[in-house]
Amino acid sequence: MAFFTTRRTRRRGPRRFSARDRAVLCVLLGVPLLLDLVIVWGPTVASIVLSFSSWDGISDIEWVGTENYENLFTNYPQFWPAVQHNLLWLGFLGLVATPFGLFLAVLIDRGVRFSRFYQSTIYLPVVLSLAVVGFIAQLVFSRDQGALNAILGDTENPTDWLGDPDLNIWMVLLAAAWRHTGYVMILYLAGLKAVDASLKEAAAIDGASETQTFFRVVFPTMRPVNVIVGVITVIEGLRAFDIVYAVNKGRNGLELLSVLVTDNIIGEASRIGFGSAIAVVLLVVSMGFVVTYLVQEIRGEKTR
Amino acid sequence: MSVHADTATPGPPAPTPATPGAPASSRPSARRRRLTPGRFGVHAFLMAVSLGFLAPLLLAAYASLRPYDETAERGYFSLPDRLSFDYYRQAFTDSGMTKYFVNTLLIAVPGVLLALFLASFVAFAVARLRMRGSIVLLMLFTAGNLLPQQVIITPLYVLFNRIPLPYWMSDSMTMYDSYWAVVAVQVGFQMGFCVFVLANFMRTLPIEILEAAIVDGAGVWAQYWRITLPLCRPALAALGTLQFTWMYNDFLWALVFISDGDKLPVTSALNNLRGQFFTDYNLLAAGSIIVALPTIIVFLLLQRHFIAGLTLGSSKG
Repeated sequence: MAFFTTRRTRRRGPRRFSARDRAVLCVLLGVPLLLDLVIVWGPTVASIVLSFSSWDGISDIEWVGTENYENLFTNYPQFWPAVQHNLLWLGFLGLVATPFGLFLAVLIDRGVRFSRFYQSTIYLPVVLSLAVVGFIAQLVFSRDQGALNAILGDTENPTDWLGDPDLNIWMVLLAAAWRHTGYVMILYLAGLKAVDASLKEAAAIDGASETQTFFRVVFPTMRPVNVIVGVITVIEGLRAFDIVYAVNKGRNGLELLSVLVTDNIIGEASRIGFGSAIAVVLLVVSMGFVVTYLVQEIRGEKTR
Repeated sequence: MSVHADTATPGPPAPTPATPGAPASSRPSARRRRLTPGRFGVHAFLMAVSLGFLAPLLLAAYASLRPYDETAERGYFSLPDRLSFDYYRQAFTDSGMTKYFVNTLLIAVPGVLLALFLASFVAFAVARLRMRGSIVLLMLFTAGNLLPQQVIITPLYVLFNRIPLPYWMSDSMTMYDSYWAVVAVQVGFQMGFCVFVLANFMRTLPIEILEAAIVDGAGVWAQYWRITLPLCRPALAALGTLQFTWMYNDFLWALVFISDGDKLPVTSALNNLRGQFFTDYNLLAAGSIIVALPTIIVFLLLQRHFIAGLTLGSSKG
């Protein structure tokens, strides 16, 4: 078992595990590893394999090569709108919600009074279930009784914020950003607290303005947090599902890749091969970002 | 929470409502808290944002107290004639909320405990035992947590349908449509995050304690269970709170792996309050508030732990 032999280390020299240690390691590393492989990685591989098949889950699997992908790209009207919506989601979180969270964190970190109150209320939406968030969005944006239309006061020709396929994605994005901002803010608050104060002082002595200090000194030193926030933003953008599902099951302008996967698999049609092909598209995009992140992590690991 | 009614009150510097437990140096000095126009602007802005963030929740709470006829006529943003808790009673009795709350606990409690236990040992091995391949192990778990859930749904759906379970474990006779499936997926998926956070935390612990234990002849289990784990208590508390909220709030896994409506957790059961032809949104608002309340209470009570849990892995990267 080469896996369990210890590496020669500077401090202690060679050390071997006793038989009991090996048993403990085998069981307690084996069980989580097995679970991870069965629940996460096995199904990921299986999804890729199934995406080349046509299968309803009951009868025999029929291999169809890349037909699913061809159909997906050329012959499935919901696909490209869904891709667009996912990209929009990603862009909105990345360019609006995330910077706003960072901005709030910077303001709160300056040690203003009531910072705990601000911090708590802005973070509060994060603990809500997305199902609840989606529902609250209906209360605010509903056409006839919603609060937004009541405030706007246009009773003649009220806007159907969630029913209009050109508008509803933006409203759902607002709801998603409501939750995302608080999360980003908290991560950055911790990051800002960890920044060495002497760095800021040194920059101030060198004559840097507050803005310069932030962008040239503070922000770069928060790299670990920046990486995490980046990954979270991307993953949220690609995973987005619950809110649109709670609003209208992801139809009529709210199509997302995740919804299409769920519809194809659980829906009455049970087109597992086709659903898997959509899932693989999602996987390929997210893997690009995940790999970038892992490379960063491994680099950090080596310098540790 | 230290909420003071009027933010714009100038006057003598009040006793600092500083975060308990925060280092004294992070407290703003008395001089800095004088109200200047710039400071007032920051307060006005932050207060506006805070209220904006709170408003949708308050609106839901307000709607849940009003009868349907009234809001249907005048909209949610109007003055009330009468307020009552009738919808809460109705949401509880009509939909059998208690049952669904129990279902949620049946999933979340074992889920959190198992995820923490399994992940903490992996984290210990990765962070503390100098083994070959520990980076690979860490990557395998961390990356697994970042995959979109939809990628793994189909094969798991098929797999769970084919795993037979005895009747005493699942009345559907398969893993599908049983809590075993949901718990297994929750644990398998969330382990990645826990390993990542705990490994980062364990690296910050002084290695000398562990070395002393090794000199005294402690085996791997004792090093993990008796030496390392007790030191991780703050991290485990934070992570436990966080994981409980996530598993409580989850909605997708149960939707996919459970078909019997009586077994659904409380977030998915919220949909039961929608009628087939007509939905009473005020009733749904009451239901939402009931569903949201446990996590909000947990958050307000354990706020410091909670926030620490989100940031453990990040600030020490």
